[in-house]
Amino acid sequence: MTRGLSRESRQGLTLIGLPFGFALIMLAAPLAMVITFSFWTQNYLDIDRTLTLANYQEVFSQPIYQTLLWRSLRISVIVTVVTVVLAFPIAYYLSFHVKRNKALWLFLITVPFWTSYLLRVFLWKVILGYNGVLNTALLEIGLIREPLTFILYNANAVVLTLAHAWAPFAILPIFVALEKIDRSLLEAAEDLGDGPFRRFWRITFPLAIPGVVAATLIVLIPTVGDFITPRLVGGTDGLMIANMIQIQFGKANNAPLGAALAVTSMVVVALISIAIYLVGRKIGGRVAR
Amino acid sequence: MRRGLSPTWLGFYAVVYLLFLYAPVILLPLFAFNDATIIAFPLSGFTTEWFEVLWTTDALHSAVRNSAVVASITAVVSTLLGACVARASARYRFPAQKGILGFIMLPLVLPEIILAVALIVMMMQLGLSLSLWTVIAGHILICTPFSIAILSSAFAGLDQSLEEASFDLGESRAGTFRRITLPLVMPGIISSLLICFTISLDEFIIAFFLTGTDVTLPVYIWSQLRFPTKLPSIMALGTILFVLSIALLVLAEMFRRRAARRQGQGASATEGFA
Repeated sequence: MTRGLSRESRQGLTLIGLPFGFALIMLAAPLAMVITFSFWTQNYLDIDRTLTLANYQEVFSQPIYQTLLWRSLRISVIVTVVTVVLAFPIAYYLSFHVKRNKALWLFLITVPFWTSYLLRVFLWKVILGYNGVLNTALLEIGLIREPLTFILYNANAVVLTLAHAWAPFAILPIFVALEKIDRSLLEAAEDLGDGPFRRFWRITFPLAIPGVVAATLIVLIPTVGDFITPRLVGGTDGLMIANMIQIQFGKANNAPLGAALAVTSMVVVALISIAIYLVGRKIGGRVAR
Repeated sequence: MRRGLSPTWLGFYAVVYLLFLYAPVILLPLFAFNDATIIAFPLSGFTTEWFEVLWTTDALHSAVRNSAVVASITAVVSTLLGACVARASARYRFPAQKGILGFIMLPLVLPEIILAVALIVMMMQLGLSLSLWTVIAGHILICTPFSIAILSSAFAGLDQSLEEASFDLGESRAGTFRRITLPLVMPGIISSLLICFTISLDEFIIAFFLTGTDVTLPVYIWSQLRFPTKLPSIMALGTILFVLSIALLVLAEMFRRRAARRQGQGASATEGFA
C-alpha cells in the first residue's frame, strides 16, 4: 500500500464495479429522483418543477392519508406479531425435536409459497367468502346457522392472508438462529438447576432474538407496501397506503403526491425498522467468546 | 432429548400449521378439474375443459412468452451480477466493501411498491416508454440480492489453494477460471438461475407498474381475476404454474446440494440462509 489502492483492492473493486454501477443507476438514481419529484407539483398535464412542500402539507393535513398510513402501520404490525408468534413454535419444533428429515420439513414449509402470490391471495377470498369453503363447511357440520361475514372484506382478512403469505419468511430466520445455539449451554443451564421454562426464557429465547428481529423486519417492511391483498380481500376498510399510492400514479394522475406518500411511508418504515433493530440488539443475548 | 415445551403438542401444532399453509394450494387443482363455472363447493364433476381453454387463449400465450423472455434475461443477468459480487466479497478486501455490499442488497428490505414508484418516476423523467425492458431492469434489481445470497456460500466454500495450484502449474487467469473455479461453483450458478427465473416469473407489483402494452403472466392473471367466467381456467393455469415452480425448485435444490458435496461440505438444511 505505497500509493493509492493495493492490487487486491483494485481487483475487488473492478469485479464489484458492474453490479455496483447497475445499483447506482437503477436504485440510487431512481430513489434520488422520487425524493426530488415529491417536492414538485402536478399542474394539470405538466409537472411544475418549483420546489415546494405542498405535497407533504397535503399528506399531513388531509385525514384520508393519515388514516391510510396509520391503518397500514397497524395492520402490518399486527400481521408481523401474528406471523412471528405463530412461526416461532414451528422453528423451535424443527430445530429441537425433528432429528432426521429437517430438510424435508423446510421443503414442505416453502412449497406452498411457490404458487403465484396473486392466486394464493385470491384463493383466500374463495375460502373466506360468503359462500366460501369455510362457511359452507361450518354450515354443513351445523356449527353456525348463518354464513360468517366478519371474515372477508375487512382488516381481519388482510391480516390472515398476509400472515399466511409471509409465514416461511418468519420461520426460516428464527430456525437458523435456533440452530446456531450451542446445545451445551442448555445442558449447563439444566445442570445448574434451571427447569425447562426458566431455561427457555434465560437461554434459548435471548439467543433466538437475532432471528426474531430478522423475521420481524422481513415481514414488516414489505407488508406496509402491499397492495394486492388489501385490494382483493380488504374491502373498503382494509385499503392501505400502497393502494393510495397506486391510485395517485394511476387514476388520480397526481404522481408527485404519490411520490410524497411513498417517501413518507418509506421514512416511517425505516425509522420503525431501526428502532426494532436497536431494541433487539439491546435485549438479545450474546455468548462471550 | 431434554424436556422442553412438550414435543407431542408441538408436533400436533406443526401439523395443524402445515394444513393452514396448504389450505389455499390444495384448492387450486380441485377447482382446476371441477366441472363448474363457479368457484365454490360442492364440487360437481371431473373435467379437463379448463386446461383446453388455455390452449386457445391467445392473450395468455403472448403473456407466457413475455414472461419467459423477462424471466430468462433476468435470471442470466442477475446471476452474472450476483457472481461478481459473491466472488469479490469472498476473495478480495477493498475499501467501503460493507457499504457497497449493503447498498446492492438494499432492494431486499425495500417495499416493492417503493422500488416500483421510484423506477416509474425515473422512466417518466427520462421520457423512456415502458416496455418489457423496464420490467427486466426492475426484476434484475430485486433478483440480484437473492443470487448473491445463493452464490456467496458457493464462492466462500471455494478452496483458494486449488486456484493457486493451477497458477503454479502455468494456467492463465482465464484458464484457471474456466477449468477450476467455474466447474466448482457451477451448481450454485444453476441454482441461482432457477431461483431468479422463478422469482421473476411470479413478480407482480414491479411488473404491474413498469409494464407497457406487453403484459407479463402475473399482470395478465390480475386482469382476468375480475371476470368470474375466466376463473376456472385461471385455476388450471395456476395448477400448471405451481407444478412448474416445484419442478424448478427441486432442480435448484439438487444442484445446490451437489455444489456443497463437491466442495466437501455437508449439505446442511440451513445453508444459504445462515
